[in-house]
Order: sequence, then structure tokens, then C-alpha cells
Amino acid sequence: MYWNKKIETLKSGDLERLQTKRLKWSLNQALNIEFYRNLFREAGVSPDDIATLDDVTKLPFTHKADLRGGYPFGFCAVPMREVVRIHTTSGTTGKPTVVCYTRQDLGNWSELIARNMVMAGIGEDDIFQNSVNYGLFTGGLGFHYGAEEIGMTVIPSATGNTKRQIEMIEDFGVTVIHCTPSYALYLAEAAEEMGASLDTLKTGLFGAEPWSENMRRELESRLGVRAFDSYGLSEMYGPGVAFECPEHDGLHIWHDSYLVEIIDPKTGERLECGERGELVITPLVKEAMPIIRYRTGDITMLMEDGCACGRGQKIARITGRTDDMMVIRGINVFPSQIEHALLSLPGVGEQFMVYIDRIRHLDEMMIVVEIDRDVFSGELQDLARLQSEVAGAIRDALGIRTSVKLAEPGTLPRFEGKARRVVDRRGDL
Amino acid sequence: MQVWDPRIEMMPRDELLRLQYRLLKTLVYRLYSFSEFYRRRMKDVGVHPDDIRVLEDVQKLPFMYKHDLRDNYPDTIFTASREELVRYHVSSGTTGKPTVVGYTPNDLKNWTESIARSLTACGLGRGDVIQVSYGYGLFTGGLGLHYGAERIGATVLPTSVGNTERQIELMQDLHVTAIACTPSYLLHIGEVAEKMGISIRDDTDLQRGILGAEPWSDEMRKRIQDWLGIRAYDIYGTSEISGPMFTECAEQNGIHIWGDIALTEIIDPDTGESLAPGEKGELTMTVLQKEALPMIRYRIGDITTVDDDVCACGRSHPRIMRIMGRVDDMLIIRGINVFPSQIEHALLEIPEVGRHFQIIVDRKGVLDAMLVRVEVAAEAFSDKISDLMSIRKLVEHRLKTVLNIGVDVELVEPGTLPRFEGKSKKVIDRREL
Amino acid sequence: MEDAYIIKQISVFSENRPGRLAAIAGALKDGDVNIFAFSIAEADGFGVVRALVDAPEKAHRILTDQGFRVSYTEVIGVKMRDEPGGLYEIATVLGDAGINIEYAYAYSGRDAAVLILRVDHVRDAIKEILSRGGDLLEASAFT
Repeated sequence: MYWNKKIETLKSGDLERLQTKRLKWSLNQALNIEFYRNLFREAGVSPDDIATLDDVTKLPFTHKADLRGGYPFGFCAVPMREVVRIHTTSGTTGKPTVVCYTRQDLGNWSELIARNMVMAGIGEDDIFQNSVNYGLFTGGLGFHYGAEEIGMTVIPSATGNTKRQIEMIEDFGVTVIHCTPSYALYLAEAAEEMGASLDTLKTGLFGAEPWSENMRRELESRLGVRAFDSYGLSEMYGPGVAFECPEHDGLHIWHDSYLVEIIDPKTGERLECGERGELVITPLVKEAMPIIRYRTGDITMLMEDGCACGRGQKIARITGRTDDMMVIRGINVFPSQIEHALLSLPGVGEQFMVYIDRIRHLDEMMIVVEIDRDVFSGELQDLARLQSEVAGAIRDALGIRTSVKLAEPGTLPRFEGKARRVVDRRGDL
Repeated sequence: MQVWDPRIEMMPRDELLRLQYRLLKTLVYRLYSFSEFYRRRMKDVGVHPDDIRVLEDVQKLPFMYKHDLRDNYPDTIFTASREELVRYHVSSGTTGKPTVVGYTPNDLKNWTESIARSLTACGLGRGDVIQVSYGYGLFTGGLGLHYGAERIGATVLPTSVGNTERQIELMQDLHVTAIACTPSYLLHIGEVAEKMGISIRDDTDLQRGILGAEPWSDEMRKRIQDWLGIRAYDIYGTSEISGPMFTECAEQNGIHIWGDIALTEIIDPDTGESLAPGEKGELTMTVLQKEALPMIRYRIGDITTVDDDVCACGRSHPRIMRIMGRVDDMLIIRGINVFPSQIEHALLEIPEVGRHFQIIVDRKGVLDAMLVRVEVAAEAFSDKISDLMSIRKLVEHRLKTVLNIGVDVELVEPGTLPRFEGKSKKVIDRREL
Repeated sequence: MEDAYIIKQISVFSENRPGRLAAIAGALKDGDVNIFAFSIAEADGFGVVRALVDAPEKAHRILTDQGFRVSYTEVIGVKMRDEPGGLYEIATVLGDAGINIEYAYAYSGRDAAVLILRVDHVRDAIKEILSRGGDLLEASAFT
């Protein structure tokens, strides 16, 4: 099953011609952005120098920090009147990254999601429960629009209220669910406790955090679904960039829309097929926010063999990050963000530790704060207030729920040199 | 003045009435022919589609109530097949099972068109940046405004609810010109902004507020407009009729109810008799073009009056005035509808507390706060404070799950809460609009 | 004159795990500080140990040196008649005056049972109790 068979199965010569044409268009689109005009000038290149796809290596990389530096609209290549949507993603500290979309961008994005869903065997008669966050997070609205494009029934259940989520699956005969893989396991367990069989479910679309083949086996057996891995990032619209086909052996990345390179994250040099490195993407059809050679920070490789489904070259499942970014409950979090949020709180100071654990399949964050002399009034209420302030600061900054433990002075580790106050104890997935 | 769909919105009144009659007649025939539920309802009161000969004959049709949806959970009342549905929205019911609303592609289109007309009537259009701070997901506020704002070509910033400081930063940095949220949340934004050293009036580009999901007053409008330097417009709708759909126009004199979308009646809640324009009564709507879930004479429960005169803006559709109250005991807390019966129902499932309760609603600053006082069951009493705290947390969690809104719970001594069966004593509402 | 009846209680932050009370009590013992009365209030994962001692400043210094977080709280000590109705009298006086008792604990003194009270308006409470013939401990009684 294909949503757009002609494009999805484009033969290599035709694909490269299309990519080259779109790359040139993208580079010219990028010239509407001052950052790129300067960058090209400093690097001594111009879009005219790009004759073949390999010439893209002449162009400099774009890093997340560059996007953040352009806050708010430094990377918007079209007049604001053309922008119909804004999403934001949290940065490593402070200001977020702003992603703008034109109407055409929304159409492109929906088409990519529609391709993915149809590739996973989903069609207009399916009933789709979209159990990820809506709003500024791209996962919710992205899949919502793609599913609507296909014409299936969409239940915008968003996150939370697991009991209600399970009731809806049962009562509406939901056939497809989209959520994080860890939430799916939690849901499976809760359904077992409620005695709900969830037997209408047949397909699970799981993304926003890394997951393993072990987890696939568990998800498939406990939920009774075929599990598909979904990959994307807000800078590239959101989810939809790459997706598994029923072969479940790597993810098809949409080469007509994204030019893919794998590089050595240290040297920046291009790697061959089969060599693991950092995924670098140049979007080919993005109007509002064209980016050149974006360093995603995700580690994968290009796979050599063609796929039985007839679609283009795949990337392997993501195996890690080049930086210290963590994914907690589907939310990208940098340790620096957590520290930033806590250091700004009076009453916390520098003495805190953050532990991330996986308890009953869900990521849980625990913050231990040493009680500072200045904040101890002797009253229980004041201590309880501190607990809720710390939890509130993390919720506001990251959208993550935490538990807060208060500790006596001197009980937390002291650091010489660079403090490592955020400890991920989740281990292997 | 921009008008989204002048042909419909400015339609001469007699033409509009003829259109409404045609739509009503078609709807009634369709329902009678194809829906078991509606045919039985009409037969019960001895009315046949042929009896509908003029628009006023709508009064011959039976009423529908919220419990009709609950009793037919999830979708046996729907008049479209599951294959035709493209969306479900779900809101909490009065007890137990929620209320489910289904949509066909045309239903979504009509809903979106209605909001597009309304937002345009508020002066919004392409070039505006609209921050949608209603909840997204199953609640109709977020996605409804989102689709409407996208339809008119504005830039949509889907902030959804929560994280007020971030909302204010984005409002300022992304040059937001309009916000859609509850009026009390906008006041909260104003206060938090001041604490951050930001004046909404002087330091942001905000010009308009599309405010609804809870009742508010002209005094509150004046306060918001004067303080924040914006124009504040009332928006109305409920998920049973699709979601938020109708707003005031620039005249700020009543909410235009698009007549081709809904037929409005004001009735005496006790006798069910239709009241004349200007008379106060219960708002009742017949949704004329909905395919999946057409509501006939749906008793919304809100008390208001209708103004039938053509508005100074030239739009010929009738207007309803501000909502003055409820015919039942429904509370609106931070834009979420809460029935005391939901709380009663939830408490019955928690053996650690008794079945008596008291609700105290207040404004903390400008935001609604709801406190539920419950009695600890004798068997559950423990002298460990941590045990009592976990009972409180349990009740808070269960109520949050049922009501979709965070509430505070206070444990009180057994036997201290009022035992009246009367509903009024169970709720103490200290809010002033 | 009410000030003479304001007693300095020390409050110590403690994690809710074995050995913490022993650590606090041990430190006071080594510093030769006598504890007249104490109570433990529990909360979510931690507690506050409250104590009346013969040398609050010294206790504060010793515990702080040991790394504890300590603070002072103003409380009053009411002598209770050791017979039915003793507590009722005191509670009525405060209740009638609209003074709220935040927490309380008691100890048996040399000549009477003593109720330690933390109230929302300390000076008003002292005035009320004295004017209604109640018997308050002076802070100097502990030093």
C-alpha cells in the first residue's frame, strides 16, 4: 500500500534529479535568511556552486545553537503573512527554537505522515487514537493532520487519564494507537489490571523516544499490535521524517523531501553506507524554514540493501546521541535545562541531584534538594511549599512531573570540577 | 469591515428564515427516515415531518437533553456510520460515562467555517498571530479555535494550556496579536506578566481576546479592556453542538448565532414554552446541518435572552446576550464543566471517605479554585499524618481523573458536613464575575 | 511583659530514616544540653524534630556545627491542672479568642503537666490566658 506510489518508489536517477532540483530551490529559499547569506559569504560559496548532490559538502553545517541564536524569527524565510503555524521546541537552556510553517509546509508534512501511516497498513476505515501531547509539541498535531488527510476517524485523546484512554479504545473500537513506547507498555499493564483486552487494536505507532527490539517484542505481545518505529524532529516539521515499513528492518526516510548524510560527528566528514555516525539533514521542500545540513545529533547509518517494499534507502534505528540530550517521557531534555531551572530557584542553591529512573515502564524524575540554612524556618508547611515549588519549576520549564525529596545538609555528593548533577539510571531499554 | 461570507452573514432576514425552514424540514425528514432514535422520539409526541410547515413548527418537536447522549453511549444515536466519522470529541458527563460527539468531514468543515466567520467578525484575519490557549485534545476549545484561525489564514500558535510564563514570553517575542482563552486565564496572564515586569498593554502586540468557555460579565470586559489595552470578545458554544462556534462582532452587543448552523429558541425551563425575544429563559438549539450528531431542540441549560433585531454591523443573524446562569447545578471551573453528581459518583468508589461532600468554589487571585471537603471514613482513620495525606492525594487524583481539572481536597471530621439532600447546600460559590 | 512568657523552641530538619533522632539526641548529650520536651512531626519523606532545651542557643550552635538545619520558633508553655477539664479550660480560652493552635505537645513537669503550644498570635494568646487566670511558664524556667 502506498499513499504516493510514484514518489515513494522513485528510481535512483529520477530521484537524484528531483533532489538536485529541490536542493537548489532550498538553497535559494535559504538566501531569504540573513544567517545563511552571511554563512555562504564567509564560506565563499553560493547556491550556483551546487551542481550535484555531492556538492552539498561544500556548504557549512547548521547546529541547534544557530537556530536558537536566531530566536525568534531569524530562520523564517517567508513574510509573516505566509506563516500559518508556529511550533516551538525547548532549547538547551532558556529560549526555545521557533519553527514556522506555511500552508504548503503543513500540506507537505501531512502528506509525509499519510505516507507513513499507509505504509504501516492504515487506511480510511481505521479508528486512530492519538495519545501524545497536542499543542506546541509537534507529535500531536502532526499525526492528527496526517490521519485526517487519509480520512480515518481521529480521537485526539492527547496524554493522561489512562483509564479513560483504555475505555475509549474499547468503546470506540480503536484500531491504531500512536504514543511513546514506554507509555504503551504502561497502558498495556493498566489494561491488564482493568481486564480490558484491547482486542481491536492492531497497529501501534511509537516514537518520540528511542526503543529497542526487546521492547518491540513486549509491545507486540502485550498489546497485540504490529509495532512501527517513527522518527522525526521539530526542525524538520516534526514526526514523519522516517518510518518503518512492514519489513521492520530500518526506517524509510523520505528522500524527495530530505537530503540525508551521515557524518563523523568529530571530523564532520561523510561516512559510507553501513558506517554509523550523526544524521545530517537538508530539507528539500521546507518553505518557511529551510535549513542547510542540520546536525540532528542522532546516531544512525544508511543501510545498503534495497527494501522488499520497493521504497528507497533506509536508515537504521537510532542508537544514541552525539550530545547529552535525554528523552524523558517523549520530551527532549538537556541536563543543562534542568540545572538552569533549579539554579534559579531561591532555596535550592547548588545542592541538588536529579535522578531519572524507569518505574513501571514510565520515566520518573526525582529531585533531591539539600535543605539550605536560610530556607529552614522550622515549619513543615514551608518545607512542603519548597517541594511544590521545585516540582512546579520543572513542570513549567520542561513539562515533566517530578517527585521532590528533601535531604539533610551534607548528604549529597560534592563535585570537584564539573558537577554531574543529573544522573540517568534507566539503563538499557 | 471584513466579512468572511457576506452572502450568508448579510442575508436579508426573510431569506434567512426561509433558509432555516428549508434546512429544518430536510433535517427532520432525514432523521425520521434514517434514525430509529429520532423517529421514535417524534412518534412519542405524535409529530410527523409533514407537520412541520412553518419554521415555528419546530416547537412541535421533542426536546433533547444531555442525558440522551449519555444514555446512548458511545454512538448509537449517531446518524452517520463509523466509516463516515473523522473525529470524536469527548467531554465528561454528569456521572460515569462521558459524552461523545462524532464529526463527519462536513461537520468539521461547518464548524470551522462558523469560527472563521466569527473570528473575522472580531476583526481578525491574515496577518494576525493567534495564540490558542484553550486545551487541545478531547476538549473542543483548542482544536476548534485552531482550525478556525488556520482557515482565515492567521498564524496559529498552539500553546494549549499551562506554563503561563512561557505563554507570556511567546506572546511578546512572537508578536502575538490575539489570544483565545478563558477570560479568567487572561486576567491571570495579565497579573503574571506584571510580576515579570511586562505590561501586556505596552510591551506586547496583543490587540484582541477571544474569551469564553465560562460565563463573564460586562464589568469584567471593561476591566480586561482597560487594563490590558485590548478588545475582548465573547465566544460561545458547547461540544454537543460541535464546540465553540459563535462570537460577538465589533459592536460587542450579543453573540451572533449563525442561523444556517443553528436554530435558536429561548424557552421557559419549567413549562418548555417558547419565549419571545428579550425574555429570559433557557437556551435551546437545533443544529441544522450536522451529519453525525444533529441535535434537535437541545436544552443547553444556559440562561440568556435573544435579540432578533438586525445588528448594527449589518449581520442579519439573531444574537444571544450574556449567559446569566444555569438551569441546573452545573459549575464551570476554569472553563471545564463540572457537575456535583460527578463528584458524588467518584466518591462512592473510594471507601476511605464518606459519601457526603461539600464544594467550595472561589477565585484565587483571578483563577477559579475548587475545594472539595470530604469526611474520612472511620475505618480509614490513621494517626499517621502520611496515611491521611495519601488519602487526600488519592481523592485528589480520582477527582482529577473524573473531572479533568485539578481540585484541592480537604479531609474533615466525620459528621461535620451538611446532610441536606438539596443541591444548593452542597456548593458554595464565592466567585463574583 | 508578654515577652517573658515566649519560649524559644528549636526545630530541626530531619530525614525520615533510622538513626536520625539518635544523631540529634547524641549531639545534644555530648554538648550537655538537657531536653525538657520534644515532639516529631512527620511529612512526605522528612520530619521536623521540635524540642525545648535548657540552652537553645547552645543547642542551635551544636546541631548546626554537626550539619543540621535548625531554627527557632516561639511557643508558650501552659501549666495544666492535673484533673479532668484541665485541657478544656485552656482550649476554651484560646478558642473563644479566635486564636488557632497550630500544633501542641505536652510534658510532665516537676509540679504540673505542661502543654507546649504553637499558636498563630503568640502575644494575644499570652494576654488571654493570663487575663483568664491561666498559669504560664516563664522562659527563664528552662535556663
